[in-house]
Amino acid sequence: MTNENLTQYIYSIADNSLILGQRISELCGHGPNLETDIAMTNIALDLFGQTRTYYLYVAELSKEDVTEDDVAFLRKEREYKNVLLVEQPNIDFAYIITRQYFFDAFHFLLLEELMKSKNVNLQSIAKKSSKEVTYHKRFSGDWLKRLGDGTEESHQKAQQAVNDLWVYTDELFHMNEDDKIIADAGFGVDNMQLKEAYYAEIKGLLKEATLEIPTITYFQKGGKKGIHSEHMGYILADMQYMQRAYPDMKW
Amino acid sequence: MKKDWPLWEIFVRSKNGLEHRHFGSLHASDAEMALNNARDVYTRRSEGVSIWVVESKNITASNPQHNGEMFEPAADKAYRHPTFYDLPDDIEHM
Repeated sequence: MTNENLTQYIYSIADNSLILGQRISELCGHGPNLETDIAMTNIALDLFGQTRTYYLYVAELSKEDVTEDDVAFLRKEREYKNVLLVEQPNIDFAYIITRQYFFDAFHFLLLEELMKSKNVNLQSIAKKSSKEVTYHKRFSGDWLKRLGDGTEESHQKAQQAVNDLWVYTDELFHMNEDDKIIADAGFGVDNMQLKEAYYAEIKGLLKEATLEIPTITYFQKGGKKGIHSEHMGYILADMQYMQRAYPDMKW
Repeated sequence: MKKDWPLWEIFVRSKNGLEHRHFGSLHASDAEMALNNARDVYTRRSEGVSIWVVESKNITASNPQHNGEMFEPAADKAYRHPTFYDLPDDIEHM
């Protein structure tokens, strides 16, 4: 196990939080109402906080003189290892909530296991993040139930979002070479082990939300290998603009 | 959406042992959502350890137009304040 393996493994966890946080923060000031707007912004900030602690650790592992900002803002698209799910666009509130819930349910299970990591840094980040993510899951799960079991229109929109986003769920459990090496060393989590609990959890909630469980068996993948959807370039263009246009700027 | 949501009054207790105090009001479709919203709107800077929510319509308020008969008669009754006792030094917060 090398530092490079560990760095790549951390990217595959932290980049999810960074890109989803960026997606949600696009909503700041545009939430359906003030209360939900603040709630979503809080979640984005939680995710950025977590991202920062992971990237600080990456910067520490690096032989070069890099900061957490360099790690966040100066990588190229292919160097981001987030799953495709988190980069999907904010089509409507049902999509935003469904994407969030599909991710939160996974994130929660992942952190429960990462808390047992033999690596003290990962262990303590997981411990701190887990409480935040428990609330994220409660928020998005509650909302998905409300939308599914709400009006005819909200039900239809939630079902559409579930159908469209379902194809991105399987990738959450993919293990690339670095993931395997880190999991074998007892530092990381074997995501495959989370799959059963994950689908049990989300199927249970969808049922409660009176939503149908998609029967699709073809799944999308690629993000974990750096092969992203067409949305990723736009996200990075927004996110990296300041650091690219004004290198090393501070405020 | 917001038009359909009732208003809720939010009470937050900032520390164990202190009382819940009125923090403000917000919109939510039911009590559970009001609790979540209150958590996000009023306790994001660790202001509290407990939240109560009450739908605003359940609060009966005194009418400001009746302030004269309600509150002014108490203004000149200084003898109702227990200021005529000597308190031992070690009794605090009186």
